[in-house]
Amino acid sequence: MSERKFKQVGTRPIRHDGLEKVTGRANFGADYSLPGMLQGAVLRSPHAHAKIVSIDTSPALEVEGVKAVISGRDFPIPTREGDRQQYGDVPDLANNVIARDKVLYHGHAVAAVAATTIEAAQRGAEKIRVEYEVLPPVLDIESAIAPDAAILHDDLVCQGPAPVPSSPTNVARRTLLSGGDIEQGFADSDVVVEREFTTPMVHQGYIEPHATVVETLENGNVTIWCCTQGPFAVRGLTASVTGIELSKIKVIPSEIGGGFGGKTTIYLEPLAVELSRRSGRPVKLVMSREEVFRATGPTSAGRVRVKMGARKDGRLVAAEVVMYYEAGAFPGSPVGAGCMCALSAYCFDHFVIDGYDVVTTKPRVAAYRAPGAPIAAFGVEQVVDEVAERLGLDPIELRLLNAVQENDVAPYGPKYQAIGFRETLEEARKHPNYSATLGPNQGRGVASGFWFNAGLQSSASVHMNEDGTAIVTTGNPDIGGSRAAQAIMVAEELGIGAEQVVPLVGDTESAGYTDLTGGSRTAYATGMAIIEASQDIVRQLRERAAKIWGVELDGVAWEDGRAVPSNGAASDVEPLNLAEIAAQMGATGGPIVAQAAVSPPMAGPGFATHLCDVEVDQETGKVTVLRYTTVQDAGKAVHPSYVEGQMQGGAAQGIGWALNEEYIFDENGVVENPGFLDYRMPVASDLPMIDTVIVEVANPLHPYGVRGVGETPIVPPLACVANAVAAATGKRFTDLPISPPRVLAAIDGD
Amino acid sequence: MARMHVETTINGESAEFLCQPGESLLDALRNELNLTGTKEGCNTGDCGACSVMLDGRLVPSCMVLAPEVEGRSVGTIEGVAQGDELHPLQQKFLEHAALQCGICTPGFIVAAKALLEKNPDPTEEEARYWLAGNLCRCTGYDKIIRAVLDTAAEMNGTNGAATNGAAG
Amino acid sequence: MAVVVFSSALAQHTGGAGRVEIEAARVADLVKALCERYPGLRGHIDKMAVAVDDEVHSDARFVRLKPDSEVHFLPRIGGG
Ligand code: FES
Ligand code: FES
Repeated sequence: MSERKFKQVGTRPIRHDGLEKVTGRANFGADYSLPGMLQGAVLRSPHAHAKIVSIDTSPALEVEGVKAVISGRDFPIPTREGDRQQYGDVPDLANNVIARDKVLYHGHAVAAVAATTIEAAQRGAEKIRVEYEVLPPVLDIESAIAPDAAILHDDLVCQGPAPVPSSPTNVARRTLLSGGDIEQGFADSDVVVEREFTTPMVHQGYIEPHATVVETLENGNVTIWCCTQGPFAVRGLTASVTGIELSKIKVIPSEIGGGFGGKTTIYLEPLAVELSRRSGRPVKLVMSREEVFRATGPTSAGRVRVKMGARKDGRLVAAEVVMYYEAGAFPGSPVGAGCMCALSAYCFDHFVIDGYDVVTTKPRVAAYRAPGAPIAAFGVEQVVDEVAERLGLDPIELRLLNAVQENDVAPYGPKYQAIGFRETLEEARKHPNYSATLGPNQGRGVASGFWFNAGLQSSASVHMNEDGTAIVTTGNPDIGGSRAAQAIMVAEELGIGAEQVVPLVGDTESAGYTDLTGGSRTAYATGMAIIEASQDIVRQLRERAAKIWGVELDGVAWEDGRAVPSNGAASDVEPLNLAEIAAQMGATGGPIVAQAAVSPPMAGPGFATHLCDVEVDQETGKVTVLRYTTVQDAGKAVHPSYVEGQMQGGAAQGIGWALNEEYIFDENGVVENPGFLDYRMPVASDLPMIDTVIVEVANPLHPYGVRGVGETPIVPPLACVANAVAAATGKRFTDLPISPPRVLAAIDGD
Repeated sequence: MARMHVETTINGESAEFLCQPGESLLDALRNELNLTGTKEGCNTGDCGACSVMLDGRLVPSCMVLAPEVEGRSVGTIEGVAQGDELHPLQQKFLEHAALQCGICTPGFIVAAKALLEKNPDPTEEEARYWLAGNLCRCTGYDKIIRAVLDTAAEMNGTNGAATNGAAG
Repeated sequence: MAVVVFSSALAQHTGGAGRVEIEAARVADLVKALCERYPGLRGHIDKMAVAVDDEVHSDARFVRLKPDSEVHFLPRIGGG
């Protein structure tokens, strides 16, 4: 596989959907409109925690222009039947889409209105009368697990290994991984470092708010246009929540303005469906930025305690990690994945990893890039750094001494296949940024991390045009250039240029079932289906050439986009190029089309090592990132520019998480900063260029060696920045964000 | 509420539309004129996705009232390319892969064009500060800044000093 | 016979057994046999991801087992 000489893979063609995007033609979620379309508005809870005693929607209908009003009671009682595990629990999902008996966070949808104008819809929503019985909010892990905590869900009994409470609690699940003898491990250690870390709730921060347009037909069929990472997920979940048969729902994905995991679930779609059914008109629902912050999934706030022991020679021996992740209103924080990631970069003979999924009266978390891993890495990678410091070892050296490699056993059980962790460390050590001179109040940090890269289900179809160009259709919305990568894969197999392939994103009726664009799986899993379908096309092209030449199939080889005679058959014929064969499709057997479907196992983990240099302003406490370097194993970079883009974008999000971003709640559980002014994401002037080094250690499960690349880049930065700030100030920052007041307080503490 | 009639110039052509008195220019462009290339990310002036030119000045269209553009001249992303010719910025954004999801791209291109009109040879720092009103969550800005600086270099006939391998 | 390696958490349901040998053709058969032998596992392992010979499947029910396969049950992970 590594021997293969690629012609297209690894090149940087201009993306196929680029022209539409630089000219403003591309249609995103909010850009769709239909004749006669109504506008919708959602009434949201003003309380973080309350029982809904009664709802009277009738006053809304008196507002001129209002055509339909719904509340939670207009939806079927959600059951666990048809529960689609990969998307989470359907009753919880349904109750999150619209509250039925109880609101669980400020901003929880309670009712929705459709009207001829957005103003009328909003006026209608304001007229709805809701009587609440207000309950105490539960706003952090400490109060959620306290013995006298207000319980969010009466039927929530903790799952997982003993000891766990058996009566209802706010702890949904315990995950426990262990190996060796932890006490012995610490006893055998020469140094032991122990610290506790916290990270706040943060949002994915995609620039495009959620939006949907729904049309229902007289026969009950429903068409949904929306911005989503997974049209098939939207179809399945909307069917579950509304009770409409799945086959009556068609989901057409728009271009998507960022997701990062946040658009893997549904919020507006069932509401728009129900409003459209009741009004008999198309309905559009678009969230405001404030609604996005209040009512869509951020990622967990976390509390992580790490205790780690090492020998004088730099060998890590033992580690104990205890993690609490907030899930928000319903169970399902990514603490399980956090447990699986926490210690998996290094070999520990003795370890305990203990994770708790805790519900609080805050928005329900959704996936966010490598869900769960950055929070764990924030703690573990800082402690690793401190161990290196205590032992007087270079932090990369210490990591190299302990880094996992092929055939090492991961704490979660299986052995690693080929992975590129060490290679990223070696490359980082060689990078000029690792030896650049630092000035006063400057410091350098190192951190590593990884993510798994999901497999799941994918399908792809490829068909030939009469002129020899090809079209590839998949069911994966393109978040960051995946269409370009898909065209490259087809082009590689067919031996043509990537610009001769048109990559399309299908809808749920034109593409075969395909799981989400997410989990770093598109280039990997969907790529496998594309390659397989393309290889089938090549076989058919050879068959057609064989027919034209009157030889057997094995008398035709495929080279550089041409059929050439082989095995001495028909040696007097001229090679046939793709266009020549395609032009004769009708005479040689009809259209040339192929499809393939796959459900591969998870791709081996993709590791990364990051370097960060910061300067700390002693007057203001402001941390400025001077240099940032990301080194990552991509397996094989199909379109290197978009691989670099993932690395840079993930790093920037991680830097924001480290330095600025956090949800701020008041004592009633109201988000105090639901806008981009106060929820401060990095802007261009906050960041330097982000240097990238792509390492390629082939993934043995993929024909080109591809691993997913999208998620890993957000894993190291939290700790990497914190390690750099520690180097610059001599202080450890265990709570995010590392904001100027925190830094000043620490410096002034001297 | 009575709708207001507004006459204005959009991308060099005269245009008219009806709007609510309190409607934003962003909503008027998108909903009354079907010019959906201008995007909404926040509606509070904080993301730059809705950037347009108003009488030659860069503004967030969500913060401008639609009736205010009466008799004035509005430039949107739809007017940046000339006929079949992409603006050099559009071309460089494509070559540098300066977009991932692309929702921020129209705003960045309009804002960067305003920058280059004012300062044809910006430093990296000047470009970063000028574009600090435009949020991009996907790219980390690296390739966007490179695309802008490379455009400036090309338009000035100097060599693309800021390019890296990304342009291939 | 396939070998199942249990995490310490799952071993709570197997009377502490960390490695269990079991005859099964496919993962679904293995899960069924395990739940018969250790009823406490029911409701736990049937919802987990499964690693068979170091390849992790999110839905492994019909993955075939070799006579010397090694099987681990893991938490399911989401993705962004
Ligand atoms: S939509 Fe106008 S600045 Fe964000
Ligand atoms: S490319 Fe997605 S926000 Fe900029």
